[in-house]
Amino acid sequence: MSNSTDSWSRFDRRERLLRFFGLLAGLVILVAAWRAMEVNYGYAVTAPRELADLFGRMYPPNVGYSRKIVGPLLETINISILGTALAIVMAIPVAFLGASNTAPNKPAYLLGKFIISFTRSVNVIIWALIFVVIFGPGALAGVLAISIRSIGFTAKLIAEAIEEIDRGSVEAITAAGASPVDVLIYSIVPQIKPAFISVATLRWDINVRASTIIGFVGAGGIGVPLQTEINYFNWEAVLTILISILGLVLISEAISAYLRKKVM
Amino acid sequence: MLTVDNLEKTYDSGDKALKGVSFEVSGNEIVAIIGPSGAGKSTLVRSINRLTEPTAGRVSLDDTEVTGLDKSALRDVRRDMGMIFQEFNLVERLTVMENILSGRLGYLSTWNAFRRNFPPEDIKRAREILSRVNLEGVENNRADELSGGQRQRVGIARAVIQRPKILLADEPTSALDPDTSREVMSLLTDIAHEDDIPIIINIHEVDLAVDYADRIIGLSDGEIVFNGPPDDLDQAARDKIYRGGESIADREGPSAGSSTDSDDVIAERGD
Amino acid sequence: MAAESGSAVEGSWERPTVFYNKKVKYLIYGLILLFFAYSFWNLRISPSRFVRGIGAGVELVTSMLPPAYTPSQRELLIQGIVESIVMTIVATTIGIIVSVPVAIMASNNLSPKPVYYVGRSIVAVTRSLHELIVAIIMVKAVGFGPLAGVLALAFKTIGFFAKLLAEEIEDIDRGQMEAITAVGGTPVQTYLYGVLPQVMPRIIGLSIYRLDINLRHSTVVGIVGAGGIGITLLNSFDKYDYQFSMAIIAVIVAIVMVGEGVSALARRRIQ
Repeated sequence: MSNSTDSWSRFDRRERLLRFFGLLAGLVILVAAWRAMEVNYGYAVTAPRELADLFGRMYPPNVGYSRKIVGPLLETINISILGTALAIVMAIPVAFLGASNTAPNKPAYLLGKFIISFTRSVNVIIWALIFVVIFGPGALAGVLAISIRSIGFTAKLIAEAIEEIDRGSVEAITAAGASPVDVLIYSIVPQIKPAFISVATLRWDINVRASTIIGFVGAGGIGVPLQTEINYFNWEAVLTILISILGLVLISEAISAYLRKKVM
Repeated sequence: MLTVDNLEKTYDSGDKALKGVSFEVSGNEIVAIIGPSGAGKSTLVRSINRLTEPTAGRVSLDDTEVTGLDKSALRDVRRDMGMIFQEFNLVERLTVMENILSGRLGYLSTWNAFRRNFPPEDIKRAREILSRVNLEGVENNRADELSGGQRQRVGIARAVIQRPKILLADEPTSALDPDTSREVMSLLTDIAHEDDIPIIINIHEVDLAVDYADRIIGLSDGEIVFNGPPDDLDQAARDKIYRGGESIADREGPSAGSSTDSDDVIAERGD
Repeated sequence: MAAESGSAVEGSWERPTVFYNKKVKYLIYGLILLFFAYSFWNLRISPSRFVRGIGAGVELVTSMLPPAYTPSQRELLIQGIVESIVMTIVATTIGIIVSVPVAIMASNNLSPKPVYYVGRSIVAVTRSLHELIVAIIMVKAVGFGPLAGVLALAFKTIGFFAKLLAEEIEDIDRGQMEAITAVGGTPVQTYLYGVLPQVMPRIIGLSIYRLDINLRHSTVVGIVGAGGIGITLLNSFDKYDYQFSMAIIAVIVAIVMVGEGVSALARRRIQ
């Protein structure tokens, strides 16, 4: 196509034009989007000042308040751990259904895939809303919200690990006259164990973050006092909570990364 | 005694891998099955313990007809047939000891299997076999820490601990270098003689088959075209197995058959 | 090492453990179990509450089905969705524009140590705080509405985008940069001609990915008042209008799935 100099330059110009219109279209969409927000420019202009002002009122953090948040912080950790544990318990059967080599039949496989994508598509805060309606406010709703939301992610990754197992050792143990359960214990489980542990710790790390906010809809954890203090404009207490959340998240991330490195 | 009677296997794709194969194996005979890639060697060995389900024909071990057993009875008869694989098929992340003991799973309750609670005599025997296959001291190593030859010896140990009435070996040397292959073959012949059990070895290297086997079965396109002692495997017989009867001995050396088809080792895995 | 320690008794074998010994292993297991028990106790779930909850759950599900909306609710639904999409576009654009300099700051091959640490801290803080926490603070700072949501999503975009972009920048070929510097390029020219072309594909890929993530988040930040469909969802729950809630959730799920599909497709086409 680039035989003559003429046709080559024409192609170049066309590409340039295409790029130009692409950029223009992007800008038009952006401007349209901005206008559709109907931002009150009075607020928009003062936003940086308002934010600076807010942080001014937050500083210094209320150190004395930190004693009061020990309980909610522990509850946050509890919710994340129990939620993750429950998620894994529920995710294991789903994973075996959703893995093409262990699903008993096609409908079961599709059911597994459906559970995986459905639970993943609904945000944790929406699950929390639903479980607060069902079980009332408190950590129980939080644990359930976290666990249901985590099924999809955990089951998907475990299913992938199951699909990647080496059939050879399964066959060898079958050939020795072992039952299907023996095959599961001696061949499949050892093979998916590392993936399993890294998925669990990774999800726990994600769930620690999620556990900090489900309190906004009453599902327990540090989110509950955070919302209360914000509503009462106790900004110095708010900063204390934010710092504690930051610490919690960074520590859980480090632990999770350490555990994953260890099993690899 | 193992009797294979008129065994057939047709795959879902329509490929006829076995077209009525019959033979008998008894005593402590070492039988090598040779043939070109796609001749059905792997299918034959795997059909004996029904890892591949044969379409027609019968396999009997002593008085038990293996074909036609239900799942639980099949598990019982599989305990009497040890199997050794080309790619060793160990559970890489388990210890050598666990891999060997997994040969006894057919005798263990699920609960004891879960707790890895094997009876003392099994463990004692596992240690004996470990020294027999020259692997003392590695029982606590994970299988993926071993070399290829060591792994295959673990594979053999796993089969031997079953106290099988027969050993089936599916290309046991294909993934090994020539020296290790010979070690493994002589280990297998020792086991046959010491434990007084027959071994069926599906093998690519004709030279190894001739050196170690008591009898050679030549398979070509799903049919037995040679069945006799290694001494009878002359050039004509080789041509029949590898060239469908067409002699090219004048053009290539006598070992041409084995060297050509070792290139197709991977293709054979598809069987 | 294993041979000397473990084989005191012939008929017994202990599986080596990742912990120092069996006692430590059971101690750790015990502690984990104890922690779970404590966590569970801490939730203060009474069986009766749980049973009542299951009844309430069934009731909720039946009152949610089938999803439905009145004409005026349909308006609200469309408005909310449009607002979410609009917020996504604006927030992703702002977030990326701010992310690029932060990414340069946070890459150890382009920035001096003090600047690098500032960049890394910005990334750490923006990554650690959940989008809803940022949103709730933004609402207090700039008032209810989509502006707060845009600021929150843009803030979260920095943590994601700058981190991954910084990792990409750290992997670039320095030679291209040095070439520009060598011909007398200014620092800005060095970035434009020596760095940007190398990381451009990554920037585009990450932008599409982040667009998808921001779309998900834009559907929920409304729950704390930061614009989008979330506020409509929260109101429907407050008014016990569960059929409408279900309709909203279904629309959110559909949009999220479409967004994920389009994003995956677009990223594959670019690569």
